[in-house]
Amino acid sequence: MSELSGGRWSPFQRNPGKRVLPGFALSMGVSLLFISLILLLPVTGLIVQTAGMSWEQYWGVITDERVVASYKVTLWAAAIASLFNGIAGLLLAWVLVRYEFPGKRLIDALIDLPFALPTAVAGITLAALFAQNGWYGQLLTELGIKVAFTPLGIVVAMSFTSLPFVVRTVQPVLEDLPVEDEEAAVSMGASDLTVFRRILFPSLWPALMTGIALSFTRSLGEFGAVIFIAGNMPYVSEITSLMIFIRLQEFDYGAASAIASVVLIASLVLLLAINLWQARYLRRLHGR
Amino acid sequence: MKSQGRLRIGDQPWIKWSLIGLALLLVALLLVVPLVMIFSQALSSGAATFWDNLTDEYTLHAIGLTLFVAALTVPINLVFGVFLAWLVTRFEFPGRKALITLIDIPFAVSPVVAGLLYLLLYGSNGWLGGWLMDRDVQLMFSWPGIVMVTVFVTCPFVARELIPLMQQQGREEEEAGVVLGASGWQLFRKITLPNIQWALLYGVVLTNARAVGEFGAVSVVSGNIRGQTNTLPLHVELLYQDYNAVGAFASASLLAGIALLTLLIKSAVEWRQARQMQAASTQSDRTT
Repeated sequence: MSELSGGRWSPFQRNPGKRVLPGFALSMGVSLLFISLILLLPVTGLIVQTAGMSWEQYWGVITDERVVASYKVTLWAAAIASLFNGIAGLLLAWVLVRYEFPGKRLIDALIDLPFALPTAVAGITLAALFAQNGWYGQLLTELGIKVAFTPLGIVVAMSFTSLPFVVRTVQPVLEDLPVEDEEAAVSMGASDLTVFRRILFPSLWPALMTGIALSFTRSLGEFGAVIFIAGNMPYVSEITSLMIFIRLQEFDYGAASAIASVVLIASLVLLLAINLWQARYLRRLHGR
Repeated sequence: MKSQGRLRIGDQPWIKWSLIGLALLLVALLLVVPLVMIFSQALSSGAATFWDNLTDEYTLHAIGLTLFVAALTVPINLVFGVFLAWLVTRFEFPGRKALITLIDIPFAVSPVVAGLLYLLLYGSNGWLGGWLMDRDVQLMFSWPGIVMVTVFVTCPFVARELIPLMQQQGREEEEAGVVLGASGWQLFRKITLPNIQWALLYGVVLTNARAVGEFGAVSVVSGNIRGQTNTLPLHVELLYQDYNAVGAFASASLLAGIALLTLLIKSAVEWRQARQMQAASTQSDRTT
C-alpha cells in the first residue's frame, strides 16, 4: 500500500490506470475509522439496550396507548406538512426558474432560511407569531382558527423547517427541462394546463416526490421547532421525539430506546427507499 | 423570442404576475415576517435592555460554549469530509455506493434519537460509559458529549458539498500532476484545493450554522446546567420557558444573525461558482 500513498510512485511502473492517484489507503482509513466511531458504534448502544428487554416488554413499550397516539400525531402532521410543501415548493421553484422580477435573487437566497435558522429559534418565533396575542394569532383567532398548542401548530412548524427540500430538488430539474416538446405542444395549440399536465409534469414528478419524501423524513424527526408551538398535550399534540425525550427524563432508558428504535428503523427505511428511487429514476433519465 | 409568438406556457402576463404575487406572499408570510419578528421582539424593550440581555453572565457563557463547540466541530468535519470526498470520487472500490449512503444517515436520524444513541453508549449506564467512569472520564452531561453529538449531526455537510463537484471535475488534472511527479500534498494544495475551495467554504459555513444551532441532540446529552453546559439554543429555550421572552429573542437574534450571514455567504459562493463555470465553458469554446 505504501507505493500508493508515496509521492515517488510513478504510474508507469505497473498497473497504471486504476489507482493512479495517491492517498487511497489514508483516505480509506480515515473514512472508515470516522464512520465506525461516529456513526456505527453509537448504534450498538441502542441495540445492546433494547436487546436487554424481553419481546413482551419491548412490544408493550412501543404499543403503549400514549406512544401510539404520538405516532399518529407525528405521521399525520408530517404528511400534511410535506403535502403543503409539495405545492408551495413547486410554485416557488417555478417562479424562480421561469420568471424575471425585481428581488428574485434575494428570494432565492431566503428560501434556505429554514435550514440555516436554528430550530429552537424557529420554534419560539412560530409560537410567538401564532399565540393568541401574536401577529398571526390575533387574526386567526377572529376567524375562529386555533394554531398554537394544537396539532395544526405542529403542521406549521414542520412545514417551516422542511420547506426548502421541495424547492431545491425541483429547481434544477425545471431548469434542465428540454424546451422542444413544450414549444411543439404550444405551437399546436394545446392549453397551458394540458401542456403542464401532459408534458412538464411527467418529467417533474420524480423530483417533486423526492422532495416531498425528504420533507416528510425531516418532519418525522423534527423536535426543536415543534415542541414550542405544539402545547405537548398527551394523546393530542405530543410528537414521538418528545415521547423519547420524556422517557429519558424519567430515566426510563429502556423505554426511550425501544421507541427510538422504531423511529430509527422507520427513518432508515425511508432513506433507503428515497435513495433506491432516485437511482432508478436517474437510470431511466440517462437511458439505463 | 416573444415576437415569434408564445412558445412556453405560463408566460401570459396575468398568469405570470399572479404566480409571482402568490410566491411573494408565501415568502413574506413564511420567511420574512418571522425574521422581522425575531429582531422586533428582541428590541421591543429598547436597545439598552437588548444589550443587557446579551451581556448577561449566563448568556455570555452560552455564547462562549457555543463558539467553542463549533470551533472543535468544524475542523473535525472539514478534515473528514475532504478525505471521504477524495476517497469516493477518486477511487473505485467495492462498497463505494454503500459508503455514500451511510454518510447520509445523520440527515435521516431524528436529533433526539442521535442524542440518545450517544447517551446509551457513553452515559454512566452505557457499556463504554461505565468503563470510562471507572477511569474518571465523564463525556455525557459535559462539553465533550455536546461536541460528539454535534460532530454526528453535522458530519454529512462538507462531504455532501464536495462529492458532486469533485465527481463532475473528474480526476484528469490530478493524474496529470502525478505524471509530473507531484506528491500527494502538492497535488491537493495546488490542483484540488483551488478547484473545490468555494464548495469547501460553503460546506464549512453550513457545518458551522448547524453546529451553532443544534438543539435536539445537544439537549439530550447536555444536562442543561445554566452557566455550565448550556449552549445558545438551549439558553433560548430556558429563557423562553422562564417567560423571559425578550431575553430569549435577544439570544435568538444572535443566532438569526448567524443564519443570515450563512445565507449571504452561500449566495456569494454560488455566484462565484456560476462565474467560474461560465469562464470554463467560454474557454473550452475558444479552444475547440
